[in-house]
Amino acid sequence: MIYSEKVMEHFANPRNVGEIENADGVGEVGNAKCGDIMKMYLKIDGGIITDVKFKTFGCGAAVATSSMATELIKGKPVEDALKLTNKAVVEALDGLPTVKLHCSVLAEQAIKAALTDYYKRQGIDPEPIVGKVPDREASCGI
Amino acid sequence: MDKRFVYVDNSATTRISEPVLEAMMPYLTGGYGNASSIYSLGMDSARAILKSRETVAKALGAKTNEIYFTSGGSESDNWAIKCAADAMAPKGKKHLITTVFEHHAVLHTAQYLEKHGFEVTYIPVDEMGLVNPADIEKAIRPDTFLVSVMFANNEIGTIQPIAEIGKICREKKVWFHTDAVQAVGNVPINVAEMNIDLLSLSGHKIHAPKGVGALYMRTGINLPNLIHGGAQERSKRAGTENVASIVGLAKAIELATADIPAKQQRLSKIRNRIINELLKIPESRLNGDPVKRLCGNVNISFRGIEGESLLLSLDLAGIFASSGSACTSGSLDPSHVLLAIGLPHSTAHGSLRITLGEDNTEEDADYIIETVPKTVEKLRAMSPLWERILRDEDIDAE
Ligand SMILES: Cc1ncc(COP(=O)(O)O)c(C=O)c1O
Repeated sequence: MIYSEKVMEHFANPRNVGEIENADGVGEVGNAKCGDIMKMYLKIDGGIITDVKFKTFGCGAAVATSSMATELIKGKPVEDALKLTNKAVVEALDGLPTVKLHCSVLAEQAIKAALTDYYKRQGIDPEPIVGKVPDREASCGI
Repeated sequence: MDKRFVYVDNSATTRISEPVLEAMMPYLTGGYGNASSIYSLGMDSARAILKSRETVAKALGAKTNEIYFTSGGSESDNWAIKCAADAMAPKGKKHLITTVFEHHAVLHTAQYLEKHGFEVTYIPVDEMGLVNPADIEKAIRPDTFLVSVMFANNEIGTIQPIAEIGKICREKKVWFHTDAVQAVGNVPINVAEMNIDLLSLSGHKIHAPKGVGALYMRTGINLPNLIHGGAQERSKRAGTENVASIVGLAKAIELATADIPAKQQRLSKIRNRIINELLKIPESRLNGDPVKRLCGNVNISFRGIEGESLLLSLDLAGIFASSGSACTSGSLDPSHVLLAIGLPHSTAHGSLRITLGEDNTEEDADYIIETVPKTVEKLRAMSPLWERILRDEDIDAE
């Protein structure tokens, strides 16, 4: 199995690791049994994602995709984050081994889970906007 | 401390040692004759193979004609199991006994046989990673054609009571195969005294090249071929012999078995130091029996982190090791061995296997002891699972 240099670079120096106190949206996806958990924190101001942080338990690709996903949405309007696909994350990382593609799906879902939380806190039904995010008990390797 | 090169994955493979390469060189250069040819260049190759066969036989307490060279451990396992099945099926014996924690070369072969009308009993191992010989005895039936139990486990390093199992199988008149790929050179082996009928070994775990191994087949057992073709290996295994690698294997096994107690003494001391120090890390556990284990094997789980991330981080620090996490197993589940000894998935994902070899030193241990705790701490700091463990949540209930 081979990781691209970009993946290794993001693994070695992950961007935006940590937590945000008083975040406007927090989402967590994955579970311990499957071996990947991602937790995203968003700070949103006037529809713009002003800050984003993550914590990840998982393989190298999970760390790299979380890191890349946060980079891709930081400073961007919420609408852009809603449109972020796992494919875009994979491309930004110069590809992922097939067996690791599910990590990129998890990164996309972690952002969606955080946005779901954000809308809920606003008293807005998130489902029409964000769609349905699989819950933590979903089967491994989605 | 500077970045170093600390290779501690000797159960995965080893480097070709200088004396092995030296022994091989003549057959990689001028001595390229086909061992089946009648002229002197061919006969030189044939002589080298014969001498190698004698050396391997001697290292195992076997007779020269009981050794067959193969392409490695996987082929030897396949040959022993599939062809014992072939030989015995016509006699109505279609039941195989093996264990749940074998190498995939054995497990997947057993599963293949199951798809082809054979029945397989998978004996469980206890939480220390040991097989109870009484369980084997109870599982033997009149239609059992083979018992296959690995000598030493490749992940957790546990050494099985092979002589006891051999005795039971001999008394019950059932063939006994052992995958000794990880045991050769680490544990004294005598196939005659241990009542072993079939034994697999591999070169690249003992400083010989990859792609060469052997099957020991006791006199009186006449398995059909796995590989059909020319008359090589007394018509038992076709294919023009890989003379250089066979010579390398013989040199390697001669060196590996020359003084096993000295190796055990030196490496187990380093191993124990690493184990004792790494177990000081909170929420860690040793996997496998602390005493009945290979002298170079360390296998520890750290809760709250994932093995592949740990390996990649250690790689950045110049340490090459392995893990039983799902990420590294290439499947969705963590290692079947760690699950077999009762680890929850989440703990199995966070395992680290360090396997010491001839080249490793106390300084390597110092570096590991210094680097691993820092790395675990760094990964835990960014792990949402670790947060939950610290809050005492039941993370395995999900
Ligand atoms: C216990 C065991 N059996 C079999 C094998 C396969 O040996 P080889 O790589 O020579 O095919 C290995 C090594 O990966 C092993 O550790």
